[in-house]
Amino acid sequence: MHDHSKSSPLKSYFAVWGALLLGTFLTYEAALIDLGRFNAAVALLIATTKALLVALFFMHLKNASEKLLKLVVASTIFFLILLLALSMFDYGTRSFS
Amino acid sequence: MSDSQAAVQSHDGLHNPALLHHFADEGQQRDASSLGMWIFLATEVMFFGGLFCAYLIYRRLYFGDFGAASASIDAKLGGTNTAVLICSSLTVVLAIWAAQTARRSLMILMLIFTMLFGVAFLGIKGIEYKDKFEEHHVPGVSFSFANVPIPGHPDQYANPQHAQIFFALYFIMTGLHALHMVVGLGIFTWLLWMAWKGRFTPRYHTPLEIGGLYWHFVDIVWIYLFPLLYLIDRHP
Repeated sequence: MHDHSKSSPLKSYFAVWGALLLGTFLTYEAALIDLGRFNAAVALLIATTKALLVALFFMHLKNASEKLLKLVVASTIFFLILLLALSMFDYGTRSFS
Repeated sequence: MSDSQAAVQSHDGLHNPALLHHFADEGQQRDASSLGMWIFLATEVMFFGGLFCAYLIYRRLYFGDFGAASASIDAKLGGTNTAVLICSSLTVVLAIWAAQTARRSLMILMLIFTMLFGVAFLGIKGIEYKDKFEEHHVPGVSFSFANVPIPGHPDQYANPQHAQIFFALYFIMTGLHALHMVVGLGIFTWLLWMAWKGRFTPRYHTPLEIGGLYWHFVDIVWIYLFPLLYLIDRHP
């Protein structure tokens, strides 16, 4: 799984660590600026970028060779989106009085 | 015992003690463990997903009240905790790297650092919870959230009932996350013990990788919890 490249992965680990800390700082600062409805979008965009960095580099998904594993990850994301999107389609189109 | 002896014989005396007899080779064994862990993490994503869904529905309904309630939490403590968890994820990958490159002392040191970061996270979380108890922001009979203005609308007060829903979600989600941290600390205590006994080698350190996957997953949950719970409508 990790035998593909001989170069040390340390550089990428520390780069990802720096990017994650930067993302935390950015998400905090962005929350202090009034972007209207885009505040939530920016917060989720930064959080998803950070989650991807953790999954790809720290959890080694980037170098995963097993196709079955990729299928499990893809279906996890699919079913999470299904859960959230269908629920929001329901609640988002109800008229509460 | 007889099973393992049979396996040793069937491998012409070249049997690797770390390889279970029902796997063809070490790569297959490692992939099987990793796949099993990812399937477990899939169930965990759906587990937390239900709570995130509840959060989304109520945040949409009671946006202003959620903003007022969120503003009462110390975002600096939450931000510090995010940084603490990110550092702990780094020490986890460094521990695995140390195992891969046969650096036993570094591996043990990194595992200890991971656990210290984990304990620091729970300590900061404890300070945060203590504040909430003192402010009577814990849902229940003594809950009180009177005369708190809604951010951006100084003339309007938040509805305490709606704010209580936010705090219920806050305590359930961060509490469930904290419970995962406690379980993670238990797993890492065991990993540290195994590492101390010298059970992890460059060829075999699967428990370290599997435990690491769990730790990183818990980190990812927090990466979403931090902006969603602490940073709603923070701008002046």
